[in-house]
Amino acid sequence: MSAPTLERTAPDEAALQAHFNATIAADHRVEPRDWMPDGYRKTLIRQIAQHAHSEIIGMQPEGDWLLAAPSLRRKAILLAKVQDEAGHGLYLYSAAETLGADRADLTDKLIERKQKYSSIFNYPTLTYADVGVIGWLVDGAAICNQVPLCRSSYGPYARAMIRICKEESFHQRQGYELLLTMMRGTAEQRAMVQDAVDRWWWPSLMMFGPPDADSPNSAQSMAWGIKRHSNDELRQRFVDMTVPQAEVLGVTLPDPELALDLATGRYRFGAIDWDEFKRVLAGGGPCNDERIARRRAARDDNAWVTEAATAYAARHDGGRAAGEPA
Amino acid sequence: MSDVTAEGGHGAVPTGPEVPVQPRRAAVRRDWPLYEVFVRGKRGLNHVHVGSLHAPDDEMAIDAARDLYTRRNEGVSIWVVRAADITASSPDEKDPLFAPSGDKVYRHPTFYEIPDDVPHM
Repeated sequence: MSAPTLERTAPDEAALQAHFNATIAADHRVEPRDWMPDGYRKTLIRQIAQHAHSEIIGMQPEGDWLLAAPSLRRKAILLAKVQDEAGHGLYLYSAAETLGADRADLTDKLIERKQKYSSIFNYPTLTYADVGVIGWLVDGAAICNQVPLCRSSYGPYARAMIRICKEESFHQRQGYELLLTMMRGTAEQRAMVQDAVDRWWWPSLMMFGPPDADSPNSAQSMAWGIKRHSNDELRQRFVDMTVPQAEVLGVTLPDPELALDLATGRYRFGAIDWDEFKRVLAGGGPCNDERIARRRAARDDNAWVTEAATAYAARHDGGRAAGEPA
Repeated sequence: MSDVTAEGGHGAVPTGPEVPVQPRRAAVRRDWPLYEVFVRGKRGLNHVHVGSLHAPDDEMAIDAARDLYTRRNEGVSIWVVRAADITASSPDEKDPLFAPSGDKVYRHPTFYEIPDDVPHM
């Protein structure tokens, strides 16, 4: 006698949508095998993939200084930081895969320039002060963006962000400490810090994206609980946090219009050059080609390692070998 | 311009519909299989799921999990299991699988009224 089969009738889409809406409204987390609207899934894949790509490409500007670190202490710190960026990329690819994306496919889309990464990593690191300024300003801006994402409505993304935020705190502090050390050094070292701040300040503000008025899809992301604060709100928060830090450091932020608004207690700042932002994002930054070429080389030149490990596993792992269809 | 959002964490990137996404694409053959990773944070605690990674075999999955998920003493023990080998219920709380326990309140200690003057209960 055969066992009775359990037939589950497919609930209609309206009921599924209503259940999804209720989950979001209650501020509960959506988990991978839950039903979710197609737009929610695609928005998350885009956002998480591009975040992952940014972490992976972000290894390059600082990685350029690994062999030229001024001391063993700084080299150990920088190695740990660059390794963290790789880890962050992998946590995020892992989150994207829970949505049905494929890591190798996302990497291909990055290399083929179909998906983008943050414009900030298309600027060069000219001196060791840049390593400090990236930690302070770029990772500081990233923290402003990322802390609210720890409460993102998609569970795996929020959990990845919690791990990442813990580690970003080390990134920002090591950068600021590096700069403090240089500012206590020679006049030449102080000039290096100021020069790096002058080059990275505006691109750091661009990291938050265009003004809210030019960000038409943000409202949907906010409604879905993927995004928690608007671009302008986060940018303002970053400026308010950073100005006092610059004062302690003893550097000048390159904006003559930067001033405290006594009525609001917040800092007013000058106009951002959005043409530069668009140009860099579209591929016209100083290092776009170099970054992609290096990522492509890492994939292609190391393909033999992937294949060799797969072949080894096939020989030693019997029928469960890598590369076999699951 | 297309929608650009800061919610890419490290900075603003386009997230408009022109960016291709393809959920549920067939796995690319040259990538290694997916492993789920579980870490015991310290003695006395259960292993907890922390994420996933790709590795060619079980042994390298453990090595990669060490590097990826325990760079700061987050664990004393790691389990890895091929994602394809996991059988899961649906996590949806309205799933009929969990319905039978929903109405059995007598399985909880608070169901029973005991006079206040009964000690140690």
